[in-house]
Amino acid sequence: MSESERLDADRIRTLLESEGDEIKENTRLFNAERYDAVEAVGEDEHEDNRSRAREIKEDAIERLPELIDRTREAVEANGGTVYVADDAADANRYISEVADDADADSVVKSKSMTTEEIDLNEALEADGLDVWETDLGEFVVQIAEEAPSHIVGPSLHKSREEITELFEREFDPEESLDSAEKLTAFAREYLGGRIDDAEVGVTGANFVMADSGSIALVTNEGNARKCASIPDTHVAVAGIEKIIPSVAELEPFAELISRSATGQEIPQYLSLLTPPVDTPAIDFDSEDEPNFGNSGADREFHLVLLDNGRRAMREDDDLRETLYCIRCGACANSCANFQSVGGHAFGGETYTGGIATGWEAGIEGNDVAAEFNDLCTGCSRCVNACPVKIDIPWINTVVRDRINRGKDPGFDDMLVDGLIPDEEESGTPLRKRFFGNFETMAKIGSATAPLSNAVASTGLARKAMESVLGVDARRDLPEFERTTLCDWAEGRESRVEEPERRVALYPDVYTNYVQTERGEAAVRVLEALGCEVVVPDVGGSGRAPLSQGMIATAERKAEAVSESLLPYVEDGYDVVVVEPSDLAMFRREYEKLLPEEDHERLDEGSYEILEYVFGLLENGANADALPAGDGDGVAYHSHCQQRTLGLETYTETVLERLGYDVLTSDVECCGMAGSFGYKSEYYDLSMDVGATLADQFEAVADERTVVASGTSCMEQLDSLLSPGTRHPVELLDPAGG
Amino acid sequence: MSTGSVEQFQQSLSRLDTAWTVVSTDELAATVADLVDPPAVGAELPFDDLSLAETPVTLGPSPAQLRDAVTGVTGSRMGIASLGTVAVESRDEGDEFVALYPERHVVVIKASDLRSDLADAFGWIRREFEADRRSFILATGPSSTGDMGALVQGVHGPEQVHIVIVRDNE
Repeated sequence: MSESERLDADRIRTLLESEGDEIKENTRLFNAERYDAVEAVGEDEHEDNRSRAREIKEDAIERLPELIDRTREAVEANGGTVYVADDAADANRYISEVADDADADSVVKSKSMTTEEIDLNEALEADGLDVWETDLGEFVVQIAEEAPSHIVGPSLHKSREEITELFEREFDPEESLDSAEKLTAFAREYLGGRIDDAEVGVTGANFVMADSGSIALVTNEGNARKCASIPDTHVAVAGIEKIIPSVAELEPFAELISRSATGQEIPQYLSLLTPPVDTPAIDFDSEDEPNFGNSGADREFHLVLLDNGRRAMREDDDLRETLYCIRCGACANSCANFQSVGGHAFGGETYTGGIATGWEAGIEGNDVAAEFNDLCTGCSRCVNACPVKIDIPWINTVVRDRINRGKDPGFDDMLVDGLIPDEEESGTPLRKRFFGNFETMAKIGSATAPLSNAVASTGLARKAMESVLGVDARRDLPEFERTTLCDWAEGRESRVEEPERRVALYPDVYTNYVQTERGEAAVRVLEALGCEVVVPDVGGSGRAPLSQGMIATAERKAEAVSESLLPYVEDGYDVVVVEPSDLAMFRREYEKLLPEEDHERLDEGSYEILEYVFGLLENGANADALPAGDGDGVAYHSHCQQRTLGLETYTETVLERLGYDVLTSDVECCGMAGSFGYKSEYYDLSMDVGATLADQFEAVADERTVVASGTSCMEQLDSLLSPGTRHPVELLDPAGG
Repeated sequence: MSTGSVEQFQQSLSRLDTAWTVVSTDELAATVADLVDPPAVGAELPFDDLSLAETPVTLGPSPAQLRDAVTGVTGSRMGIASLGTVAVESRDEGDEFVALYPERHVVVIKASDLRSDLADAFGWIRREFEADRRSFILATGPSSTGDMGALVQGVHGPEQVHIVIVRDNE
């Protein structure tokens, strides 16, 4: 990305306008098809495949040096060659030599992100070779001289009409290419001739099987089959991380890869090739000779295994799992921001989508990852989509932390450098500290309310916040309550004698200082269902600093929370959480921030509020103690992180059980995502993402009560529809109405 | 090893817009003759008891014949009933070219060579690998692309696939 293309509000607006429609349509289609395909095969079987694939990748990366040796032995025994390239220049030099030895004039390629990574086309063209991309999507971006916008669909940002215009301008065909069929027929004819003439065929490899020296290729068009069989010389280029031990380990990946990528049960063509293959060489110069021209030529095979930063990633405890990636693009398709702007914004030099942060940081460096890393909001919708269970939000957080520190420690001293808590603020920009320390602001804001709210909302204050902190003036600021939830709770006696359960309601920062009414409602609901409720004075979970990449600060918060809450768990209290993003901290991120045992105890001892209400009702609590829904309509937007934890269903079930008619949104994220929607340069993107949610609710907003579990989602819905979005627990409040 | 059912295979093929015909051994030559749109090329079948010799199919074609062919006929030693997949083997006979160039691909497979699902197919593949037969394409339906703005069948591979399922001698 050049300086002029840096990701600012203008660049995002331009991309939303020029590419947004196509990106949305195509990524959402892939995403919907993935959900359908997983449902068709069954969640359990899909989970088994994911677990097995994960284990195989962990083991293979652990044993990588040995597997590289075994691959070399097997390929050489088959009559091929293995070259392990240290970096892009090394790989390109070797492939140029291979082409030179083959007296090649032209090279045909099937789709390979790894060759994009090393800029192979440019290197071969500099040697005077013609290079043709034969995957139609790659061919389109090659002709357009653009970068791929998606790992799986390189040209999915282009409409059919744009491709028609591009091809007619470039090739000046006799007949208009005004349909997908005509474009495809033209490209087949054009590229078919190029393939027949080429001396060298380059493919990638989705998997390399060490024991037999085989490669697996996943394609739909058939071009990889041609590139691997028609030219006498076949060069396969793959990152070293693509190696698995043998064909026996391929099975779960064969199940997963197309289902995750495009929702197909299996690709049109899954090639298992052990080159040089037995298919005879073909000689188009002897076109009337039988037996494919009676070529008699020997096939040549070169496997180029690329390091280019991967061995260092393997040594990096946080980036390592990037190497498990099978490049299916599910993290991009399931990402609300990606669905709006695509890989030309959400991507680096080569890779696109959530996992791109790991790849670009490892291969190019943190400065490249820094160009787009903020587009990951940590919503976590990619976590369950990833077929090898990579914690993609965590990789984004870690890289953000490294970027904040303003230095690129390099991998040699990464382990020594670590994440030293006291160094947090040294390089962290003011703005990230502002958002990351929201708790401090909330405390002061609440203590000085309503004056603080009045001052903050003045035009002058908003102008200053926009210019100094980049807080968009079009957003409403949270209004702090003078009486916090903790204050309110302290002033009451527990109303329940002989309680069924004892609950410690966690006062998350928003519920404690801003949305106190949902906290109060939660207390009353729990009491009505027979629980004793206390609201302990506990600080923020660390969600806010973590979202800004301030891991050391988040870690300190996590420790403080666990110190305060675990004694309650020990005493038999259940921890109940209103804000889903904080519960997600306890369940997911604390695994990285706390000692294992503390994380497990807090994870097991804590519940989302409606999940807990569901449990109480299941165990005999009387639903009649809560107001009935009487068939009233509710439009419910669950929270992204809540859905990743599989918890949205409890809210739906409880509301339905009380007699509400529930309509649930099916967007991946509301687009607000904590601080993201407040940032000036992302305001348009945030509203664009939110527009999809608004579309689903707008028509019904008059006849249904709009509820949302997350604070950010409530704020976003308030600005998209009209103020008044509530938390579902408020509908259950015996004192509400 | 479980054998996949012909009925399930047929259902899968229907989902893939892939036609099929079930024949006895004796009917094979006549059926292939019916199914090919000329000119046709072929790779001799990988079965001792079945051959394309008596069919209007050019075996071992020249490059020009390959390019001009409308139909390509190959055999397959393994199919997957749950998916409608057939294995195209990389053989000296040139199956890979014959299966790729012509717009119509006719595949001859024995009913007894159908595996029930991908897991069973991998069992077969592992045994083939052990026997040093280690290059296959698992082909499922016609070649396709969505890269030109809509789903189109027939890109670098065939636009139509027709499977001939040969019933075993009883």
